[in-house]
Amino acid sequence: MIRILLVLFFLLSVGVFPLDAAETPLKKASFIPQWSPQSQFAGYYVAYEKGFYKKRGIDLTILQGGSDRPSSQFLTTGKTDFATMWLSTALRLAANGQEIINIAQVTQRSALMLVSKTSSNIKTPQDINGKKVSLWGEDFQIQPKAFFKKYNLDVKIIPQSFSINLFLRGGVDVASAMWYNEYHTIINSGLNPEDLTTFLFYEHGLNFPEDGIYTLKKTFKKDPALAYAFVKSSIEGWLYAFSHPEEALNIVLKYISQAKIPANRVHQKWMLNRMKDLISPPGGGSIGMLQPRDYERVDYELKESGLVKRTPSYYSFFVRCDKDVEK
Amino acid sequence: MWKNRGIAFKLILAICVSVGLIFILIFSFNYRFSRNIIEKNVEENAQNLVQSQVNRIETVLLSVKKIPENLASFLANGSYDEEELLFLLRTVVENNPEIYGAAIAFEPYAFDRGLLYYAPYFCKHNGKIEFTNLGTTSYLYAYLDWYQIPKELNRPDWSEPYYDEGGGNILMATYSVPFYKNVGEKRQFMGIVTADINLGWFQEVVSSIKVLQTGYGFLISRNGTVITHPLKQLIMNETLFGVAEGREDTHLREIGRKMIRGESGFVPFRSIDSEKECWMYYTPIPSNGWSLAVLFPRDEFMADILRLNRIVVILGIAGLLLLSIAVAFIARSITNPLRAMARATKEIATGNLDVELPPAKSGDEVGKLSEAFQYMEKSLKEYIQQLTETTASKERIESELKIAHDIQMSILPKIFPPFPERKEFDIFAMIEPAREVGGDFYDFFFIDDEHFCFTIGDVSGKGVPASLFMAVTKTLLKAKTLWDADPASILTKVNKDLSQGNEACMFVTSFIAVLNTKTGELLYANGGHNPPLMIRSENNSPFRQGGDEGFLGEVEFLAVSKGLVVGAMEDYVYQTDRIRLKPGDSIFIYTDGVTEAMNERGELFSEERLKKQTIKLQGKSVQEIIAGTMEEIKSFSHGVPQSDDITMMVIAYKGIRK
Repeated sequence: MIRILLVLFFLLSVGVFPLDAAETPLKKASFIPQWSPQSQFAGYYVAYEKGFYKKRGIDLTILQGGSDRPSSQFLTTGKTDFATMWLSTALRLAANGQEIINIAQVTQRSALMLVSKTSSNIKTPQDINGKKVSLWGEDFQIQPKAFFKKYNLDVKIIPQSFSINLFLRGGVDVASAMWYNEYHTIINSGLNPEDLTTFLFYEHGLNFPEDGIYTLKKTFKKDPALAYAFVKSSIEGWLYAFSHPEEALNIVLKYISQAKIPANRVHQKWMLNRMKDLISPPGGGSIGMLQPRDYERVDYELKESGLVKRTPSYYSFFVRCDKDVEK
Repeated sequence: MWKNRGIAFKLILAICVSVGLIFILIFSFNYRFSRNIIEKNVEENAQNLVQSQVNRIETVLLSVKKIPENLASFLANGSYDEEELLFLLRTVVENNPEIYGAAIAFEPYAFDRGLLYYAPYFCKHNGKIEFTNLGTTSYLYAYLDWYQIPKELNRPDWSEPYYDEGGGNILMATYSVPFYKNVGEKRQFMGIVTADINLGWFQEVVSSIKVLQTGYGFLISRNGTVITHPLKQLIMNETLFGVAEGREDTHLREIGRKMIRGESGFVPFRSIDSEKECWMYYTPIPSNGWSLAVLFPRDEFMADILRLNRIVVILGIAGLLLLSIAVAFIARSITNPLRAMARATKEIATGNLDVELPPAKSGDEVGKLSEAFQYMEKSLKEYIQQLTETTASKERIESELKIAHDIQMSILPKIFPPFPERKEFDIFAMIEPAREVGGDFYDFFFIDDEHFCFTIGDVSGKGVPASLFMAVTKTLLKAKTLWDADPASILTKVNKDLSQGNEACMFVTSFIAVLNTKTGELLYANGGHNPPLMIRSENNSPFRQGGDEGFLGEVEFLAVSKGLVVGAMEDYVYQTDRIRLKPGDSIFIYTDGVTEAMNERGELFSEERLKKQTIKLQGKSVQEIIAGTMEEIKSFSHGVPQSDDITMMVIAYKGIRK
């Protein structure tokens, strides 16, 4: 009698606690986003707070990113297991011999854009010719420069800092902006959308998918399951954030204030909504997938601009980790 | 519903509703008017208040601006070495309490060809003058707004408020003036001279603005960034547009756009923290284009007028109540007597004329009505009294007339058959007076054993005089037959007697006949009376032979000599006619009440109709002839009241049976 009960109890326990989660010890891992906490990384914070990583056996540490803590550097120097980066950044690193791979292309669409005031009489790309354009550094210049080349524009490039005041005061005619960030800042500095002319690069054949998840090849080889688990949990975090925006915002705002950065809910809400547009654009790619044609486009433009010479092949650069069962 | 309501209810409702409407109209007008006055006053005060604060800030800004401007012109024109420059900059910061710090930031390699960045900066950190060289790799000033914007714009500019990390390390705003050096013909950009102001002072100035209990001021930058606000989390973290987006308030966004465009305005505004309805006045600070707004809590400004309104409303309602009571009182003074009168009138209607009517207390319409009712009651009483008296006398007369009728009837022979032992003839008569007493009469009696006299008459006029005249005539007729058996002679004598002393000029039509019961010989005389009908028995009708086309049966009017009405002409002589009756023949005598009976169309019964009727009744008994004729007259007149006395008599001669 007691034996039967014991068997029953054992069977029930197996049913309630899946073996893979409950019985293996948590693996330690770390992750750094490429910027300070904001809705741009909502998915990871949400996944962490909702226990999605833990559920898949990861004891994750999210490191704080920022301008003085470049995620690429953290990844290549082994300070983190996983990092987000722009595809262009990662490709340049890979071209320079860094053994990194893309394990999930999160955003499918480029958010980088040029903005001008309609009062400057700029309506078409051609109108930018001869104007003062402020650009951020390095990777932020690849698309604009390809854009100028594409439309055969001669512009005066002014370095752009983190503020958009130079543009607002009229110091430049055209400024760079991220759709989910600076564009909204401009709108909330009193300019209406109809006061602005925008050039989103993805609309001009220059779609550079931006945020992707990267890891070192050796990290991946050592424990592919970890990479799979990390990507799956992160994507689950994103999907949860999109279906529970207010909860996601609360989580993001918590991280922002922990980082002692002024938190602006309205702005973060805008950013989260735009991230949704970028991650799952209507008629666009699917979350986690790096489309070969996107890869080829970035590769081509980087080579065209002379920033890289030799790049890894698509198949050695990208390992899709969101769909397949880990082998 | 409304129709059946009382006057008091209608009055109160109508008056209260109209007065209430008037009150509401006046009240709302008054409210709007006073609200507008207050709004206008608030606007004026607001303008003065905000303008004075702006002036206060502007004065400081203007004096701050002079410092870098002077420095810039010195740098553009003078020659200097590093020691002089640092001394100058330090002195400027020391001697100008308005500024927090000042810097001279050179273009790369512009100060020293071997030095990329050179930017000496003095600031008052914790009251002590501190020196910093901003030209380090961790503080790339060339890309900061305070440097880049005036450089690109080629003109001095106020920066947005910012936390200067690595520089002043406080919330500040910087006034930057570019300076140049003339190289040959060209003007070469050399760098930027700055003066920083500590925004803490601004915040103090603005947060010292208090309007009544909850009014406050706030300051926004050219980007709409909140610089000061009672809500601390907004400061440097939100723009007015972000707040508008968060509240989905397009109106607020529009106001914000006007503010950053440098406009002034007085607008209704919902307080950002308390959501209270306020007025807001905003006006720009001319130097740097920031905008100062002050909120004036509407409810606090309206508190007095709201209290006044409450009092007015209470007074209004009280007044309305008082008015209702007054109206009710007046209405009652009208309706109470009316109601009393209505009650009394109902009582009068039941016949009680002694009801006490409410006394006329006032001289108004109600009083007049009361008087009229009292007069009416009095008149009615008198009238009814008269009526009672009249009725009593009439009743007396009527009873007398009844007696007179009975007497009159009693003088007429009324027992039929009157002579049951006489088989030679049958007689039947009837009289139907139109009034209680009539002027018709009939009579029959035996003069002697063989001679039977019968007569009929109709006195002119009706009523009592006629009945008296009739009594006289009948008496005279009977009296004259005592000495004479000739009808004409009887009539002549009666005529003579009646004509003498006939003051009333009355007359009588009369037919008198004497029947010899043995022989059937009939002597008769006529005094203006309707000719009687002769009803021949079938056996002895003379009209059978001869084949006359106008033959209407065995009935014929009796041929009578013409005779004047009796009592008209004293000396008139009547003639006697004679005829022999055969057994079976009958004589039908009647008065003009029969032939002149009228129906509703005004047609007369007529002799023609009488004759036809008589033919129909031929062979019947005397009673049946009279009853049948009477029935026919009744059905002819069809309810039209009888206007004249109806008298009929039938004598049927049977002869002596063997």
